[in-house]
Amino acid sequence: MTTDGAPTLTWQPSTLELERRAVRKRASGRSVMVALASTVVFAAVAGTLVLTSPGWESVQRTFFNPEIAIDSLPRILEGLWLNIRVLFFAAIGVAILGTLLAVLRSLRGPVFFPLRALAAGYTDLFRGLPVLIVLYLVGFGIPALNPTERYPAAVLGTIGIMLCYSAYVAEVLRAGMEAVHPSQRVAARSLGLSHGATLRMIVIPQGLRKVVPALMNDFVSMQKDVGLISVLGAVDAIRAAQIVQAQTYNFTPYVVAGLLFVALSFPMIRLTDHISARMASREQIGGTV
Amino acid sequence: MSAVEPGNVPTSGSTATGGVLELQDVHKLFGDNHVLKGIDLRIAKHEVVVVIGASGSGKSTLMRTINLIERVDDGRILLSGDDITEPRINVDRVRSRIGVVFQHFNLFPHMKVIDNVTLAARKVHKMPAAEARAKGVDLLTRFGLGDKVDEYPDRLSGGQQQRVAIVRAILTDPELLLLDEITSALDPMLVGEVLDLVRSLKEQGSTILMATHEMSFARSVADRVVFMHQGRILEQGSPEQLFGAPREDATKEFLARVTYR
Repeated sequence: MTTDGAPTLTWQPSTLELERRAVRKRASGRSVMVALASTVVFAAVAGTLVLTSPGWESVQRTFFNPEIAIDSLPRILEGLWLNIRVLFFAAIGVAILGTLLAVLRSLRGPVFFPLRALAAGYTDLFRGLPVLIVLYLVGFGIPALNPTERYPAAVLGTIGIMLCYSAYVAEVLRAGMEAVHPSQRVAARSLGLSHGATLRMIVIPQGLRKVVPALMNDFVSMQKDVGLISVLGAVDAIRAAQIVQAQTYNFTPYVVAGLLFVALSFPMIRLTDHISARMASREQIGGTV
Repeated sequence: MSAVEPGNVPTSGSTATGGVLELQDVHKLFGDNHVLKGIDLRIAKHEVVVVIGASGSGKSTLMRTINLIERVDDGRILLSGDDITEPRINVDRVRSRIGVVFQHFNLFPHMKVIDNVTLAARKVHKMPAAEARAKGVDLLTRFGLGDKVDEYPDRLSGGQQQRVAIVRAILTDPELLLLDEITSALDPMLVGEVLDLVRSLKEQGSTILMATHEMSFARSVADRVVFMHQGRILEQGSPEQLFGAPREDATKEFLARVTYR
């Protein structure tokens, strides 16, 4: 027994603890095996059901044709590059516009009522409108204002995506800013910081941290919605797939494009999970509950 | 330095066999940080043991290992003779046998006082709602909270909230009550009402393990005082002995710092 305060330089787990660890290891090994077995059984059942269905051969020919997949891949990849560029510019636009809207909505005082109302109206409108309708209105409405000029469909599509997503992002940011405890504002203002400086240096950094997972979720969502610009005629991944499909009467290109979109979003999804887990572990004081 | 055996300490109850709680060489590590370095402690039925020590001495971690919030890295904890550090133990069942009160009350803000205090009785112990309510009202009334039964916690003062938290912990008649610095977050004016409640729990025979910085309270209520220092129980004994004639230098230094501020 060590109750005398003498430093124990080397602590070695007792046989009791080693036995407990062995029991835990066996228990977790068992749960892994159960998980593995149930996964294999499920995959086997699902696989057999699909492969033995009467129409599987024709489905395989029209949806999973390796030759057409390889043939269409370069064109779809070229289209995907357009999606990525659209995503890049839309993300920047959304960040700027969304922050602006969130700040406008958080302005206090009667003087700012018009700005506040404008921002509120904007977010209400664009969160309610289906993305596809916004794309049609922007993509065909704006060119109609000046019929002699030609605007690239990709640019119009980017604007449409930006309009929709900035409304969502603004609301997420506003929720984050409101979640910062009022005492933080009080502390900043009592140091003599102005409303704007408080917002910029105290509220937004903390609020942003709270909503990072939600924002990244919106980004993942946007990543796939950039595919919708194909309806305006921009030759993106989906449009490219559609062109091949029209030539070959085979749906494999759509499957290829879908897989590419999944691959595109995959790193971001994993990153979001990782960041969320890290934030959760940081907020938890520790312990096993 | 003299080794102090819990069984040798001349206090009431501590030599009784088959205690409510028994810790045997309990270790806890956070990475390389060895927070508990072999704790041996035994608490008899109806005994009130007060743990004192500086911040970081391991008091809170000790409490958390007993409640199985932290898993021990070595050693054994027995609750009324049952080894609760056994890997296959049902932790929820163990926790339902222990009452815990936290520093920051941790009441559920979306529930009325009565629902806070009867939650475990209704949902864990499957007590009929009417019976739980009757018991809750009775306890709240006894501790001067009879008019707060249907209030929400944010309408209560800190002292009242902490008293509600204590009622929540004792409503299911736990075998052991863990009180972790329950007065540290309170206004000095409100400390007294909470400590009076603890005193009356002692009179009713509760078994209590309490970490506190209230030395005068420890002195007047504890059956035994335990001084923790750097993850070890450095010294323990009756309040008279520990406060009156501490043996270890670290104990003397700690007491000098906390009593003559």
